[in-house]
Amino acid sequence: MIRVEKLNKFFGEKQVLKDISIEYQPGKCSLVIGASGSGKTVLLKSLVGLLPIDSGEIWYDDILFSSLGEKEIKNIRKEIGMLFQGSALFDFASVEENIRFPMDFFTEWSKEEKLERVNFCLKRVNLINVNKLFPNELSGGMQKRVGIARAIALNPKYLFCDEPNSGLDPHTSILIDQLIAEITKEYNITTIVNTHDMNSVMEIGDQVSFIHKGEKVWEGSRNDILTSNSAELNEFVFANNMAKKVKEMMQHASSGRI
Amino acid sequence: MIIKNSLDILGRYMLLMRRVFTKPDKSSIFWKQFFTDVEKLVINSIPIVAVISVFIGAVIVIQTASNIESPFIPKMYVGYMARESLVLEFCSTMIALILAGKVGSNISSEIGSMRITEQIDAMEIMGINSANYLILPKISAATIFNPFLMLMSFMIGLLGGAMIVFITGIVTMSQYVDGLHYAFRSYYIFYSMTKMAAFSFIITSISSFYGYNASGGSLGVGSSSTKAIVASSVLILVANLVITHIMLV
Repeated sequence: MIRVEKLNKFFGEKQVLKDISIEYQPGKCSLVIGASGSGKTVLLKSLVGLLPIDSGEIWYDDILFSSLGEKEIKNIRKEIGMLFQGSALFDFASVEENIRFPMDFFTEWSKEEKLERVNFCLKRVNLINVNKLFPNELSGGMQKRVGIARAIALNPKYLFCDEPNSGLDPHTSILIDQLIAEITKEYNITTIVNTHDMNSVMEIGDQVSFIHKGEKVWEGSRNDILTSNSAELNEFVFANNMAKKVKEMMQHASSGRI
Repeated sequence: MIIKNSLDILGRYMLLMRRVFTKPDKSSIFWKQFFTDVEKLVINSIPIVAVISVFIGAVIVIQTASNIESPFIPKMYVGYMARESLVLEFCSTMIALILAGKVGSNISSEIGSMRITEQIDAMEIMGINSANYLILPKISAATIFNPFLMLMSFMIGLLGGAMIVFITGIVTMSQYVDGLHYAFRSYYIFYSMTKMAAFSFIITSISSFYGYNASGGSLGVGSSSTKAIVASSVLILVANLVITHIMLV
């Protein structure tokens, strides 16, 4: 479980996160949604300690993460997996070496054990015979899958995904979403996904937080989104024509005029 | 404003170096990276250093010979002057300035690209000290082995001189060789190797610093590369003055 309490973050004079408080449960896909520039990525990077926070608390289970020193943070990070927006696979390493990378550092496994784990992770993300390929030889969707395989290589307790669908076609996006949801449930991981893709929200959003101009203005489940009264959320969710028509139909249905 | 910016950069550089000079997470991984970097930064620089050294050695011999007009100055001084020029300045300072361009830009663009594509963040998230993993092997490899590159440059420079003596007969070979032996001080070799070690530290650490702090996409990587080369070159010249004053005065 990860708990955030009254988190504030400034860049110079500009406040980019304002009094954010959220709780993320294990075994659930918790989505953070919001427009570009709303502060989602800053929130995610603050949660994993890549950006220092100005005030507030971040708890990983019963450990106050935001007060830890470099060494203690390092220990927590061994339990974190992260999928980056651009996959962030190491250019200098093959797929197999990318997934083996954290194992080389933090395990005393033999070569055979590592290879077995690499193949298991690759199979889990539905990739085979790609061990020797390099990141630049993979499609965007394959890179994301390798990113997920690397993120789960050491059985993380916490999984962070920053816009996992960006740059992917709708079909591949759904596959990646389903993969994240399956892994979350299978290993009871606390998963936090940053996205502005409403398909993802409706596909896997067990818990959804909406960030608007650095503030959490709404929180609920994916089923509550369509009936929310939050003006900011409605403006974000029903931004395109198709979504607007869906909303009109829903309103007509609720007033018995369909 | 300039002083404030300089102090800010110096502070950030010191903080980065504090993270670099820590015990590696795993020594086997460090040594693997170390030998990779020896190949990339030192061995791959041998061809360019060799080509430049042979030509500069030859040019120094021609220039020295053509400037000795007095019959009272023995011709063997051509070899002596070539040796002294090469060992005192050319093989350390000149080669270091060339490496600042070649190796420096390579390091800063490589680390800078990793920064902007979030590969460094990915390492940090895994709990890996990215500064130590990426930078320490580079600094160690160049600082330890580049002094031998300087030694190689010195010998190739002398051979370049010998080559031009043989081809043009500007002085006799025995005069040239006598000059090379004349008043030889092995301390100069030590002095030049020390300078090269210091310059190599400057090149690798400064380039790594600018790459590690790159931001703003591919333009940012290019800009960090340029800054790395300029800063390294200026610091090499300053260090040259300081080390020379300490070791030769």
